[in-house]
Amino acid sequence: MTQTETTPAAERGAAVIDVQNLHKYFGDNEVLKGIDFHIARGEVVCVIGPSGSGKSTLLRCVNLLEEPTSGTILVDGEEITDPDADVDGLRARIGMVFQQFNLFPHMTALRNLTVAQEKVLKRGKAESLEIARTNLEKVGLSDKADAYPAHLSGGQQQRVAIARALSMSPDMMLFDEPTSALDPELVGDVLAVMKDLAAEGMTMMVVTHEMSFAREVADKVVFMDGGVIVEEGLPADVLGDPQHERTKEFLARVL
Amino acid sequence: MTDAAVVPKKRMSPRKRAALVRYIQYAILVLLVVVLALIADWGEIRRAFLDIDIASQLFPDVILIALKNTIVYTACGFVFGLALGLVLALMRLSSVGPYRWISTGIIELFRGLPALVVFLVLGLGLPIAFGVNLGNIPTVTLALGLVGGAYMAETIRAGIQAVPKGQYEAARTLGMTHTRAMVTIVIPQAFRIILPPLTNELILLTKDSSLIYVIGLSLDEYELTAFGRENMNAFANLTPMVTIALCYLLITVPLSIVVRRMEAKSGKAR
Repeated sequence: MTQTETTPAAERGAAVIDVQNLHKYFGDNEVLKGIDFHIARGEVVCVIGPSGSGKSTLLRCVNLLEEPTSGTILVDGEEITDPDADVDGLRARIGMVFQQFNLFPHMTALRNLTVAQEKVLKRGKAESLEIARTNLEKVGLSDKADAYPAHLSGGQQQRVAIARALSMSPDMMLFDEPTSALDPELVGDVLAVMKDLAAEGMTMMVVTHEMSFAREVADKVVFMDGGVIVEEGLPADVLGDPQHERTKEFLARVL
Repeated sequence: MTDAAVVPKKRMSPRKRAALVRYIQYAILVLLVVVLALIADWGEIRRAFLDIDIASQLFPDVILIALKNTIVYTACGFVFGLALGLVLALMRLSSVGPYRWISTGIIELFRGLPALVVFLVLGLGLPIAFGVNLGNIPTVTLALGLVGGAYMAETIRAGIQAVPKGQYEAARTLGMTHTRAMVTIVIPQAFRIILPPLTNELILLTKDSSLIYVIGLSLDEYELTAFGRENMNAFANLTPMVTIALCYLLITVPLSIVVRRMEAKSGKAR
């Protein structure tokens, strides 16, 4: 393992996600301008910031949906930015939930949960089904197992999407604005499922606009603006007593 | 009286006007049918097109040989064309430059050539140039497959591109490889989208299969059009053509019904 000398390993603790000096360009546009960021095992980190601040791009870099232009990302100590890294194996261990749910519309809810277990993890049919049913129950949708996504509400679709990610038995979960596409009255159900997950000790990185969720559930809040991390710390500090002018402005607008 | 002159002339409401226009259209249609029926020479039509005696002599060969061969030729061409079209479509979407260039070249070539020319080159050109005689089924499979595949490639490509990018991303984040994501997630959805244009292509190929006559056929290799033409000449009558026309509809109409059922079924999963 080629660890670069930036921060002493001891200080980083048991970081399961460790981002070092990450830069990302889209064409000439620098979206991430040298991000250092880490998440310890079992930690819930909420990333907040105005749109265009680069928070979703940062999240998408962690499982390489976006290819970083430069910098190093370590997941569980494994350098995933290394060209030889097993990206597919890595992605199977990192659950991801999208803003637009992205359930597979040609498959029932249950099949959405089993297909990757069978095709990627090579689990048997019976085992996959059992895990799928357990996770559907966990998100409160056992009765929708045979429904197609088109017949589910947005909130139900997002809960199925969370259950789909959980069915891969991931080490950590990434949430990319999971409630932004939902009708206001459906947001609560999804947040409740996420709170349960956090309480179970799941490592979570959540890009969100839900400040109350961040305040209540996060171990750490990261405020991003203009491609850099402006401020990070305990939710009470960042949200309650922001030190930077830009953080104050942003919070004044959203709270 | 002066009052009445001031009141503007009452105009018809848009809905009433639309109804009136529709009645006029119906009336013109009925009139046309009646006029055509009156000026047509029914006796002559019956003699030239609908001679039951001649029609009955066409059976059972028209079904057992001609209809069967048309279906076999079309199915061979369509299956090969679909496979080729899928490969060409994936090549066109590839990030590898040479793949894109090769598939674009093949698509442009065979979409631009008349099917008749492809049949002639494969059926008559190859034996002259290389001394290879492919035989009927391979020739029709290749010729219809190349022409149909070139068209279907563009349809399939459009279908794949119509599947939202998030579907592919979701599949990849679950750990699927590129190939697995395409096969399990993207391509099945693409085919639902392009079911109607693919049906069109199959129906076009059904009719294009008649072009095989240019390579010369023995009697038991006749498909519908060749069979109809042969008998039209033999009987000096158009009844065989009417018979084979009905046989073509016997293929295409049930096909349309099946596809409509499939569409309705996949519509439920949307």
